[in-house]
Amino acid sequence: MKVNSTNSQTLARDAVPPITIPTDKTLLDMLYYMKLTRELEFRIERKLYRQGKIVGGVYVGRGQEAIAVGSCIDLRADDVVCPSHRDMGAFLIRGMPLRTILAQYMARKTGATRGKEGNMHMGDLSKNLIAFVSMLGDNVPVAAGIGLSMKMRGQDRVVLCFFGDGATSRGDWHEGINMASVWKVPVVFVCNNNQYAYSTPLERQMAVENIADRAEAYGLPGEIVDGNDILAVSDSATRAIERARSGHGPTLIECKTFRMTGHSAHDDAGYVPPELFEYWEERDPINRFERFLTERGLTTTSALDQLQTRINHEIDDAIQLAEKDPFPDPEDCLKDVYDEGE
Amino acid sequence: MALTTYVEAIRQGIWEEMEKDERVFVLGEDVGIYGGAFKVTAGMLERFGEWRIIDTPISESGIVGAAIGAALMGMRPVAEMQFADFISCAFDQITNFAAKCRYRWGAGVPIVVRGPSGGGVHGGPFHSQNPEMYYVHTPGLKVVCPATAYDAKGLIKAAIRDPDPVIYFEHKFLYRRVKEELPSDDFVVPIGKAAIRRTGSDMTVVTYGAMVYIALEAAKELEKEGIDLEILDLRSLLPFDKEAVLDSVRKTNKVILLHEDTRIGGFAGELAAIISEEAFEYLDGPIRRITAPDTPVPYSPPLEEFFLPKASDIVRVARELYAY
Repeated sequence: MKVNSTNSQTLARDAVPPITIPTDKTLLDMLYYMKLTRELEFRIERKLYRQGKIVGGVYVGRGQEAIAVGSCIDLRADDVVCPSHRDMGAFLIRGMPLRTILAQYMARKTGATRGKEGNMHMGDLSKNLIAFVSMLGDNVPVAAGIGLSMKMRGQDRVVLCFFGDGATSRGDWHEGINMASVWKVPVVFVCNNNQYAYSTPLERQMAVENIADRAEAYGLPGEIVDGNDILAVSDSATRAIERARSGHGPTLIECKTFRMTGHSAHDDAGYVPPELFEYWEERDPINRFERFLTERGLTTTSALDQLQTRINHEIDDAIQLAEKDPFPDPEDCLKDVYDEGE
Repeated sequence: MALTTYVEAIRQGIWEEMEKDERVFVLGEDVGIYGGAFKVTAGMLERFGEWRIIDTPISESGIVGAAIGAALMGMRPVAEMQFADFISCAFDQITNFAAKCRYRWGAGVPIVVRGPSGGGVHGGPFHSQNPEMYYVHTPGLKVVCPATAYDAKGLIKAAIRDPDPVIYFEHKFLYRRVKEELPSDDFVVPIGKAAIRRTGSDMTVVTYGAMVYIALEAAKELEKEGIDLEILDLRSLLPFDKEAVLDSVRKTNKVILLHEDTRIGGFAGELAAIISEEAFEYLDGPIRRITAPDTPVPYSPPLEEFFLPKASDIVRVARELYAY
């Protein structure tokens, strides 16, 4: 299989030129959302969690920011996204406010789930964001059903469904991919292949080389992308989205990347050989993209500094507000199990 | 007026809801051209087309997952499990995804998952089970078990219109054995309301599903001995009609809890606890349970007959209880 990438220094063995480069505005938006994701998750994992302000689990997508941002950046508002747990960029691009996200992590009543759930287990139907469950891969048949409803109603909307490499071992993943392909529904399946499922490396997860190899068994196109190359991700996603929107059915995109942290904030990833972190640090998606934009004359060192300062302020403000937000009332435990009417 | 069977009542209920509301659709294994293994969806493909009566791969979890996705987009899916036994394959989607969406992030999941449950037809361990309690133990779900054709129709319509996920267990033994005249107008049976099937004064039998008929048979026998049973058909298990149970027990002061499901962790245990907590001072005898034994449902007729609660079991227990 060929790997879609712009840079042969990466894991690309066989790049697929030429890649469509988005507009300058989109490129700068991509940079903003990647950097916002990085900084937000840094604060969550390295500050708020360690300060004891986040009481539950924390899972971040450091090193994988290009995937959610590159694939969601050009979606329409009426398209639907089913994120998984390392796709913070999807929430940000869909317009979930920083304060809502931070209040969610800090278990406040103003969080996206009003304290019922923690971390990125959140959704908002008004933003067409579907909350995932911890049983990874469950969102794959759900995405197939969302696509089915669009097809039944003759809508030209699409669904983006995210998961990791580990999720592709679950039966639900296979059932959902198969159904989506049989029904030819408008779903784009995006795999963050970060090569570890918690502590289990890929070779203990599957006996095929690529996640994308699995697509052939279900009769849908599978494409491998350099997941740390946002231009390649966006190029592949744009084509798959267009294919889905025009009625040609689902695509499976495998984004090769690496999880630059442990599985969660309490996991030091001691089982990952250090040279793997070094290898992937050199391929950091944000650094690469900043170099690209600089070479293209779209940014400068001082502009990047200004952008970072702006992002820091946005997050500082949101943290301040979220920290002052109230916790839910204990009795809220009993609410919203069922529809309670108006 | 013609009599309508239980299975036809379900079919009519789904059909009418599909005519009335274009968001309603059916998905499941062999529901289309074949009309369903038990013909619940017979004729629907011709009327509604292949995108509202959807034949699916053999993927129960996928079927329910897809139903959830469509429901989140405003549709009203009715997912068929070819046998209720196979709902185990969809356990995760039902209990983790569907049941918890509203609580977690305020998103209602108005799906119906329905399928034929119950024994008495020599179906063996995988075509005879009564899996209701797995779902009764899951907050966020509703669970119904109709016993009559009227309830079968009224509850499927209520389930389809309900804003929350409803698990609808129809009893396959009743499909063509139970029939009655149905009103021609549009009616629903509210979820969570029990029905008194026989008014009596000596003791209450609380039951549901096919066991309603076993209880009625026993009541006829016991009537000859001057023992007067009240029979309460729960119809819904989650939520269940607690007041109806307590009212009847407070009246008759004795109670038999009867179900076709196995004993440990069965609904009878829950009812016994509630009666003990809330009507203890009204009881004039021990709370008695009649259930299937704690085994899989066996195939061979003598084994299955042994497994299923019988009218003679009720007669025996009622006599013992009457003596208090």
